[in-house]
Amino acid sequence: MLRIEGLTKRYRTGDLALDQVDLEVPGGQVMALIGPSGAGKSTLIRCVNRLVEPTAGRVRLGETEITGLGRAELRRARRRMGMIFQEFALVERLTVMENVLSGQLGHVGFWRSYFRRFPQAAVDAAYATLERVGLAEQIDKRADALSGGQRQRVGIARALLQQPEILLVDEPTASLDPKTSRQIMRLVCELCAERRLAAVINIHDVQLAQLFVQRVVGLRAGKVVFDGAPSALSAEVLTRIYGEEDWTAAVTRGAQGDGGDDALDEERLAGMV
Amino acid sequence: MYLALALASLEVNWNRIAEGLPRAWRFIVAFFPPDFVSRWGDIYEGLLESLTMTVTSTVVGIAISVPIGIGAARNVAPPWIYLACRGIIAISRSFQEVIIAILFVALFGFGPLAGFLTLSFATIGFLSKLLAEDIEDIDPGQAEAIRATGASWLQWINYGIQPQVMPRLIGLSLYRLDINFRESAVIGIVGAGGIGATLNTAIDRYEFDSAAAVLLIIIGIVMFAEYSSSWIRGKVQ
Repeated sequence: MLRIEGLTKRYRTGDLALDQVDLEVPGGQVMALIGPSGAGKSTLIRCVNRLVEPTAGRVRLGETEITGLGRAELRRARRRMGMIFQEFALVERLTVMENVLSGQLGHVGFWRSYFRRFPQAAVDAAYATLERVGLAEQIDKRADALSGGQRQRVGIARALLQQPEILLVDEPTASLDPKTSRQIMRLVCELCAERRLAAVINIHDVQLAQLFVQRVVGLRAGKVVFDGAPSALSAEVLTRIYGEEDWTAAVTRGAQGDGGDDALDEERLAGMV
Repeated sequence: MYLALALASLEVNWNRIAEGLPRAWRFIVAFFPPDFVSRWGDIYEGLLESLTMTVTSTVVGIAISVPIGIGAARNVAPPWIYLACRGIIAISRSFQEVIIAILFVALFGFGPLAGFLTLSFATIGFLSKLLAEDIEDIDPGQAEAIRATGASWLQWINYGIQPQVMPRLIGLSLYRLDINFRESAVIGIVGAGGIGATLNTAIDRYEFDSAAAVLLIIIGIVMFAEYSSSWIRGKVQ
């Protein structure tokens, strides 16, 4: 369980990215974090694993209070939080296998990782995970030889290899086409269900979020302005999150819920023209 | 306009040029045919010394440059280490090789040891600076992802940074090997051993044909280094 209390981040430039955010994500829950660009979504998940140092507030993962950990303890805590990135953030010049095994870095010593001598269990897990995400054929390729969707699958496999308790997912689909986006979202949500992982998914695409997640949190200017079921996203709520706009199309799509896969694809494509 | 004025302000002593021309001609003629044979023992010794100096100083220089280069990259090192490493680089870069060579010859006496130290020292300034700048230019996303896995600092450097800068580091090292060989010829003239010393001796003795042989060998080796390094660079992309 992830518990965030009064989390505040003010950047050195003076911008207040997060303003007293309180949030609780129970184990196994997949939660989408939506909101306009600059609302603080990326900052929020980076404050959780302290890639960005919060200004105030507390973050607890299970029994561990992450804010206030020393360097070595923070390292240990980060192993429990897998992170997936918008631009995939694979190490381009390493192979797929090396990228996936880098998820184990928190578990092995420097020399083992330097000579790429990971424990056999980790290597087996890497093979199994790559198979699960559908990349069994690509293991020895270099990461920069893969397509966008394939890269994101490597990113997912890397995060899973950490054996995390929670996934922090930052705009997983923003660099992908609509079809691949859906495949990736489905994969992430399936994997969370299989492994009882909690997940916080930053996402721009409201409809896509509604399709797959159990809970949606809306962030605006660093504050939580909505927290509820995907089906509760009405035009009024979207206005509260994003501001004034004609939301009717979005809301009807949302109301169709899970049944509207094909219709959704068509509408998304129509929307792109 | 300026060029015309500038040219007009130059005092050209045509007499001296006229006298100098045939002397220059004799000088050039004296280079031919190059004589590889009569001083071959000296040439061979100087060459070997130069090559040893080049290789050892490059290897030692790289070994010292890598940690300093990492320390001098603002995005991976804490401020006080950053400043210290930048300081070392600034000192190393502020002097031309010949000046350092003169200093080291004075400190350690004539011979290749001074040359070795000079070239190592110069390599540090060159490589560390370029490596540091390359590290500052990396894609931060890849490095961030490695940090997020709970990697230690060393692992982070090894997985997140090293793969991104390795091709350029190899390219720069080969280029520096090349430079070091050429510099080894220059610093030999001020007494730091190697093929430069041989060349200097040959000219001092008016044995221009042997000097020509030395020059040809230097040209040949530099060209060889040039081609092989571009070939290796192509391989590591």
